[in-house]
Amino acid sequence: MPETLERRRPIAPYPQGPPLAKQPARPAAHESLLQPPLAPRTAPDERPARRTLLDQIEHLEQELSSVFVPTWPRKGFEFSVASRGGPRLLSLAELELLRDDLATRVDDARRSLSDSSYVEEKHRCRIEEMLLEPEKHKWVRIGNDDIGEPGCKHWHVRPRWGILGMLMNWWRVNISSGCPLAQGRA
Amino acid sequence: MASEPELQLGWVDHELADEFPDLALWTVRVQARSGRSPEGVRERLRALASRITGGHVIHMRQDPVPWAYRVFWRQIGLDPDTTRTPVEQIALDRLKWGGLRSRNLLDDAITIATFETGVPVVALDADLVGSQLGLRLTGDHELLGGSGRPLSARQIVVADEDHCLAVLSGEVAEERGVTPSTTNMAIGAIQVKGVPRISVEEALWTVAETLSVGG
Repeated sequence: MPETLERRRPIAPYPQGPPLAKQPARPAAHESLLQPPLAPRTAPDERPARRTLLDQIEHLEQELSSVFVPTWPRKGFEFSVASRGGPRLLSLAELELLRDDLATRVDDARRSLSDSSYVEEKHRCRIEEMLLEPEKHKWVRIGNDDIGEPGCKHWHVRPRWGILGMLMNWWRVNISSGCPLAQGRA
Repeated sequence: MASEPELQLGWVDHELADEFPDLALWTVRVQARSGRSPEGVRERLRALASRITGGHVIHMRQDPVPWAYRVFWRQIGLDPDTTRTPVEQIALDRLKWGGLRSRNLLDDAITIATFETGVPVVALDADLVGSQLGLRLTGDHELLGGSGRPLSARQIVVADEDHCLAVLSGEVAEERGVTPSTTNMAIGAIQVKGVPRISVEEALWTVAETLSVGG
């Protein structure tokens, strides 16, 4: 039994770790402070970083365009990202800032579009409810603007026959026929 | 036209070429004069204007060539929603004015070529510029055209052997640009990543053809 244990014991080639190479004597703490820091012998190559940033800007511009198209004809969206005084080669720091600004703009635009879509969907549902039960939505007016569509069409819950309809609780939805003409008919 | 004009590939400064390997300047020299556009060219402008709609303009930024220039504008520090790419500017002008206004033969030819292809085109007086045109960065204290307005350092410009001739975003040096007395023109088109060479060639041929037919 002791023999078996002896055999299973792992063999450590260097029980105290591998032998250290001969180290030069360390300077004293106050000496290292006096020595100038090592200057790099070559300037760092920025090209890979610049290439990556340019690719990211390209990708973000594509995303911004893909958000811009579905927002039309809604208003109140901001897609502009400040100019950097071009046309010129931007520094690495400027490219990074531009990338960050674009990413922020894409996020903002996407979030705004998502919020608008949610509100527009609510308005569409409300139009359906207005059409089914106009008396429960007295005087409510919803336009194309509210559902993210172009044009001047609107749905307006009004009493039938004026004051008599108000007294009798007869309500209906008036649907406008569109934008007024730019000029009166001849 | 009897034969297709010969296109020349311009030089690109090595620093610019490192940053934008696909950036190129193509030029063609045309013997023509500008002036009032003939009826055929004005008719073509009207036909072009009738094709531009609001929806078309909205979707334009997703078309490959206009989008490629939007990206390039962005990468060189321009906001394409403020400093429009030439093709977007034409489309917006059409919506704003209700049509494409004829100005002169050269400008009309450039409008037609730019809108048809999406490629920005610049025109210079060939007798007032050097033989080799290219793209480079400006140095310190350079003047546009040699005696025009001062340019800030490291701007991207169209240049010949001696002078900056035009800023990449479109501004041309007055003393090197085309005037009513110009008889030889150097037409240049900028190619960027994502723009096929055939689009650039078509842009230059369209300008040259319109000028030759009109002139």
